[in-house]
Amino acid sequence: MHSNSEEHTMHSNREEHTMHSIREEHTMHSIREEHTMKTHQFDVIVIGAGGAGLMAGLYASRTAKTAIITKLYPTRSHTGTAQGGIGAALGSEEEDHPEWHTYDTVKGSDYLGDQDAIEFMCNEAVQAVYELEHMGLPFDRTPEGKISQRPFGGHTNNVTGKPVKRACHAADRTGHMILQTLYQQCMKNNVNFFDEFQVVDLLMVNGAAAGVVAIELATGEMHVFHAKAVIFATGGHGRIWEITSNAYAFTGDGPAVIMRRGLPLEDMEFFQFHPTGIYKLGILITEGVRGEGGILINGKGERFMEKYAPRVKDLASRDVVSRAIYMEIRDGNGANGQNYVYLDVRPESVNRYAALDGRTNKDGSPYTVTGEEILAKLPDIVDFCRVYLGVDPITQLMPIQPTAHYAMGGIPTNKYGETILDEKNTTIPGLYAAGECACVSVHGANRLGTNSLLDLVVFGKHAGLRAAEYAKEAPFQPLPEHPTEFASSQFERIRHASGKENAFDISTKMKKVMFDDMGIFRSGKGMENALQVIRQLKERYQHVSVTDTGKIFNMELMNVWELGNLLDLAELTTVSAIARTESRGGHSREDYPDRDDKNWLKHTMAWVDETGKIDLKYKPVVLTKYEPKVRTY
Amino acid sequence: MEVTIKVFRYNPEKDKKPSYKTYKLEAIETDRVLDLLEKVKGYQDGTLSFRRSCAHGICGSDAMRINGFNRLACKTLVRDTGATIIVQPLLGLRVIKDLIVDMEPFFEHYRSVKPWLINDEPEPEKERTQSAAQRAIFDDTTKCILCACCTTSCPSFWANEQYVGPAAIVAAHRFIFDSRDKAAAERLKILNEVWGVYRCHTVFNCTMACPREIQITKAIGEVKMALTTGKLE
Ligand SMILES: Cc1cc2nc3c(=O)[nH]c(=O)nc-3n(C[C@H](O)[C@H](O)[C@H](O)COP(=O)(O)OP(=O)(O)OC[C@H]3O[C@@H](n4cnc5c(N)ncnc54)[C@H](O)[C@@H]3O)c2cc1C
Ligand code: FES
Repeated sequence: MHSNSEEHTMHSNREEHTMHSIREEHTMHSIREEHTMKTHQFDVIVIGAGGAGLMAGLYASRTAKTAIITKLYPTRSHTGTAQGGIGAALGSEEEDHPEWHTYDTVKGSDYLGDQDAIEFMCNEAVQAVYELEHMGLPFDRTPEGKISQRPFGGHTNNVTGKPVKRACHAADRTGHMILQTLYQQCMKNNVNFFDEFQVVDLLMVNGAAAGVVAIELATGEMHVFHAKAVIFATGGHGRIWEITSNAYAFTGDGPAVIMRRGLPLEDMEFFQFHPTGIYKLGILITEGVRGEGGILINGKGERFMEKYAPRVKDLASRDVVSRAIYMEIRDGNGANGQNYVYLDVRPESVNRYAALDGRTNKDGSPYTVTGEEILAKLPDIVDFCRVYLGVDPITQLMPIQPTAHYAMGGIPTNKYGETILDEKNTTIPGLYAAGECACVSVHGANRLGTNSLLDLVVFGKHAGLRAAEYAKEAPFQPLPEHPTEFASSQFERIRHASGKENAFDISTKMKKVMFDDMGIFRSGKGMENALQVIRQLKERYQHVSVTDTGKIFNMELMNVWELGNLLDLAELTTVSAIARTESRGGHSREDYPDRDDKNWLKHTMAWVDETGKIDLKYKPVVLTKYEPKVRTY
Repeated sequence: MEVTIKVFRYNPEKDKKPSYKTYKLEAIETDRVLDLLEKVKGYQDGTLSFRRSCAHGICGSDAMRINGFNRLACKTLVRDTGATIIVQPLLGLRVIKDLIVDMEPFFEHYRSVKPWLINDEPEPEKERTQSAAQRAIFDDTTKCILCACCTTSCPSFWANEQYVGPAAIVAAHRFIFDSRDKAAAERLKILNEVWGVYRCHTVFNCTMACPREIQITKAIGEVKMALTTGKLE
């Protein structure tokens, strides 16, 4: 495939970028289209029905003919698993300001977040949370009937440096309530859904989005969705790693599809490891546990976070806490000589350490909790521990280890959800992204807890609004003559591969090497090893086939395709990481332990060409008010 | 230990009628049934089809009958099932393939009770206030993940799939008892109809089946009470 000349009429300063030409569908060669093909037409197509997709769909559908396409039934989306809360400086319970939230987010991002976008998000946050409440979200309440808030890692009172209550919550199922509420609003407003349709390709014509190709899981048929505007909201890709809090469905379909069309991905080396996953299973234990007073304890029974973050201790930023846990384990302080430590939320421990830290209630009385209160505030956490560990956290310690959690990197966008073509921030007409699959970047090198749910709601809304506005004026691009050709070729290849390799085996090996060498601590040598292994696995992947030859719910075929996405993203992540010779946020290198603002205060943009060669370029971070400083908690 | 897992199989493109297939594999006590199904699919039989996503009991994708009870495969451990496991699709919904059933009739019932906040009064600048006590009344029913374990364990639903079913009543309860909602009467009217709440004969299967431990029969009782007394307390 080669570059398309018409695209040059769309943008001004594109000459240098012909190297990264958008790969469009062509009409010259044609593989016989095996699948019957159905075509639909909408002004706006949203891919994904998590928090970001539903919000985008709700807003776009107010003025434009919109459909949401989702591979999972909407209420199965991973937003439903979010536990602890959504961040907004409501000040329900104590003084707080959007500016404080902005500063904390900038600092949390290790100064890689774009400050204009962060400020925008934190200012919008307050209204966004009230809007969710008006839609019916059942937040927990304060004694005055206001939205209840709890402390979370990295969120502080900027004057005292102490933790501030900023996470608005509905017990420990905040994401569940957001997902339900937004889906309910979509039903109320008759938004169109294509449930259990999996998008496998993006159509680009004349340098603009023209639609997507999707497989209807129930029939195996390919459908073409012709659209003026396309919004990707497909979530994360944490299934690259062995220990993960992420759903099976988090296979990075959106970024992978976009990357194969010659478009860049941003800051892929930054992936967050959450400090507290259930040992071996990776199931998340929310930071809200520490917000309610829980502490981390090493194998010797010592609280250790005060060594690493003297001011906020257990409520430091996630990257800081995850590294601390690893250092404890490395120093032989893991529990039972193994690679885990404990999280302790037993009331007597919480009360003891709250007294030591001088934590008080609003009226100045000492902060204390009872077992019943813990159960009422964290019912799902208690349930997870009982079911999966046979441990009762009210009376016992929870064994935890860091778990792969959140993709800071992804599809580059600006703060309106418009996707970006190059390091000069040129936008792509008709193409939008929001939520975890996007990189605005508001999370930079490390996301603060509660800021993802916020990101979904704020940028989902703006992407929806922008897309609808664009669709009002813009024409439909003509569909390529064989719109399903590129997608079909990928599936035909899988169906006709030799079958001598096993997908499950390749997946297991990918996860292991990525967790070992591309995890919390990285080194040049380890990452080179990971890259080599991933490339071998990609080679082996060419020989994976499927035994299921049917069309109806052929999950084997879809899972193999998804594994291809994970492998491609794993490679891109590793290449981006090797190039970055510094430590910043979630990217922590033993061979380059310091942050290097002189050389690396910039975003990575990565492209893959048709031969598979990866090309890296960089674009500056947007700085407004906040000069990069040494980051301590 | 070695476990034997016997799975309901049906592929409409190939099979005239359903059958069972048995697989043996190594497992440990803390393995989830979902882990076993994944391993069978990965190494023994790629054609085995089922839905799953979150793998920790929150998304509601993998409800199925495990040793005769409706369970989430990701929330049922070998410790609980023992070494012999029989897995079947949910009862009362059409089987599409293997363990995948047609959920549409279930969701249609859900939608029929208008499960969204209805309040046409102008929105305040900040939140609509609600006391902690008012919030607590409907806390339990906000936990529902729409997995269908309850509805498909209910003899009234098996007898007639027009019965709105426990999950839809739970959804209605969540709004009827929310102090911010203004459409309780409308929803109660729907549930008072012939396929509504009075089809429930208090068998408690739903409550036993709920992986979120929602007190469903109690919630249904509260809805019946509201219908009788006209009061929402
Ligand atoms: C356990 C856990 C707890 C968390 N807790 C918090 C928290 O307390 N606070 C916070 O701020 N953040 C939290 N997060 C992070 C946050 O929940 C996620 O980042 C966020 O929910 C992602 O939302 P999304 O809308 O981008 O994607 P999702 O909600 O995952 O939705 C993705 C959607 O895309 C669809 N999709 C994917 N691929 C395709 C395809 N090829 N074709 C069609 N559709 C597709 C899926 O069907 C799905 O509907 C948590 C994350 C986890 C895992
Ligand atoms: S996979 Fe989500 S509930 Fe089991």
